[in-house]
Amino acid sequence: MTLDTTVQIELYTSMLRVRLLEEKVVELYPVQEMKCPVHLCIGQEAIGSGVAAHLKSDDYLFSNHRGHGHYLVKGGDMRALVAEFYGRTTGCSKGKGGSMHVIDTSVGMLGTSAIVGGGIPMGVGAALASSIRGDGKISAVFFGDGAFDEGVFYESYNFAALKNLPVIFVCENNFYATNSTQKARHAGSRIADSAAGFDSKGICVDGNDVEAVYNAAAEAAERARSGKGPTLIEALTYRWKGHVGPGTDFQAGCRPEAELNAWMEKCPVKSYRTILIETGVIDAARDEEIRDTISKEIDDAFEFAISSPLPTEADLMTDLFCE
Amino acid sequence: MPWTKVYSDRSEFDIAVEKDPSLRGLTYRDAILEASTQLLESDKEFFIMGEGVDDPGGVFGTTKGLTEKFGAERVMDTPLAENGITGVAMGAALTGMRPLLVHMRVDFMTISLDQIANHAAKWRYMFGGAINVPLTIRAIVGRGWGSAAQHSQSLQAMFTSVPGLKVVMPATPYDAKGMLISSIYDDNPVIFIENRGLYEQVGHVPEEIYKVELGKGIVRQEGTDVTVVATSQMVSEATKAARALVADGISAEVIDMRTLVPMDKEIVIESLKKTGRLVIADNGTKEGGYSAEVAAFVSEEAFDLLKAPIQRVALPGVPTPASHVLEAAYYKGADDIVSAVKRIAG
Repeated sequence: MTLDTTVQIELYTSMLRVRLLEEKVVELYPVQEMKCPVHLCIGQEAIGSGVAAHLKSDDYLFSNHRGHGHYLVKGGDMRALVAEFYGRTTGCSKGKGGSMHVIDTSVGMLGTSAIVGGGIPMGVGAALASSIRGDGKISAVFFGDGAFDEGVFYESYNFAALKNLPVIFVCENNFYATNSTQKARHAGSRIADSAAGFDSKGICVDGNDVEAVYNAAAEAAERARSGKGPTLIEALTYRWKGHVGPGTDFQAGCRPEAELNAWMEKCPVKSYRTILIETGVIDAARDEEIRDTISKEIDDAFEFAISSPLPTEADLMTDLFCE
Repeated sequence: MPWTKVYSDRSEFDIAVEKDPSLRGLTYRDAILEASTQLLESDKEFFIMGEGVDDPGGVFGTTKGLTEKFGAERVMDTPLAENGITGVAMGAALTGMRPLLVHMRVDFMTISLDQIANHAAKWRYMFGGAINVPLTIRAIVGRGWGSAAQHSQSLQAMFTSVPGLKVVMPATPYDAKGMLISSIYDDNPVIFIENRGLYEQVGHVPEEIYKVELGKGIVRQEGTDVTVVATSQMVSEATKAARALVADGISAEVIDMRTLVPMDKEIVIESLKKTGRLVIADNGTKEGGYSAEVAAFVSEEAFDLLKAPIQRVALPGVPTPASHVLEAAYYKGADDIVSAVKRIAG
């Protein structure tokens, strides 16, 4: 299926925006003004972009500790995201969450859990609410292959399938949970196939091919919106940086350098750019234009964050309970 | 006021009705059922889920008949997946619905501590107040009938030790209904703990929907010599103890804390200004228990008011045994409260 060029440019822009933002984090992290751990999704951008293209602004999204990209593709405010990295009061969580806990309720981004698998049942619960209300909203929940180890994944998928809930499960399989390989943790290797055990639909896609993800998500969203229940999308990908932090981890012996290099050859952003240029959807000048616009937005977001106020001690005890 | 009174048994309530025919008697279990029914009738955003809520028995009668009346989508039986289902209920709450999750035994909630302690309790603070979690979880605790270690725990202190959870333990039918309705309309996660020893207790319960404010204790009986701070079922025991102590010329003031978090410290301090003596009665474990928290706060903030050491009536640090002989030795009641009072006010 050939996509409309408008959609193609949107997908490319969406991925590039996430990539450039995180590259800026890599650049500025050593200054040590972002005083919280960062879990970067560089190399995995196609998945969020391809799925979010099928979500409306009031649909729900839940994510995990590696959630900057999901936040941005759902339409989350970039200034508030970066301010959160810097622990500022203008951050999306007022500096109480840090990079692992980002939220923008105005676009249905209802939060990220840094407990592996923790966000999955919430996505199902939001879908349950949609089902009870009959409001037509759907949910998407993002998690990694590590969450496939967790019991809560099975509990949640079973319930979603049992009740035919409008939710898309998106497993970003980057083959590592911190430094432990999928092979060391999973008896089988096909996560998508597990949906069959719940009489549900699983789709395995190349997670570095944004159009493949887009097409899988189209099917999943259609299923959700037409009362056919959940879909498990397994998107195969690779994270370029270490589990946490701005650096690579092969030097420490966490993963083979050759493996990283092979996956970098399959860069989702670069390969899509090549396709769009070769097919005449964009040219180099248009690409520059897109990059310029994004870079300006990023610069503005970092300036906003750095110039924003830090919390004071008086903020410590606020926000616990809604009065 | 009729609803502030604790009636030890049905006959006591019947005598009260003879004097005041306007009293409307309901058991604790029916008060929960009535609150649930009225919420289902009046609020489309409210729903109930839990293991066995549609069983013929209806969770000790507290959900009996609700699925037939309101449908399986609003009174929903769930798979045996405590952690996942807690997250599901929470997810619905994040969209603004007001779910009530029911656990037949608090013991099963330990499986869902990840969603309760890591998620529900933290979601508001961790996101700087950007979102609320209007989730209520009913947890049934307390003495069974040889139910042993995994079906009769009282784990309130486990929840009070996690910031971000409100923890309530209503002790009367009136409070059971009013506090359940308040919990549902509270925008924070509330752990609503019921001791099933209370289910048969009868008291005045108005027919209409009403709220009992969370975070406020209540004086169940006024006294001048000693303050007995009690929770849940121990409120009845403390009331019985207070009556027995009259024969010894001791006037005991009984305070029902009702809400454990946030704690009504003021009501305790006000009482101690009169009595200067404190006994705490709680059906949780003594070590690290809620009674320890009350004792610690009084020691820190009101030490000057104390005329005698604080006494605690709480459970010993072993799992609940099954044999009725051991069970009797394990649980505490009015006699233990009387003894504790006499140790400091004899």
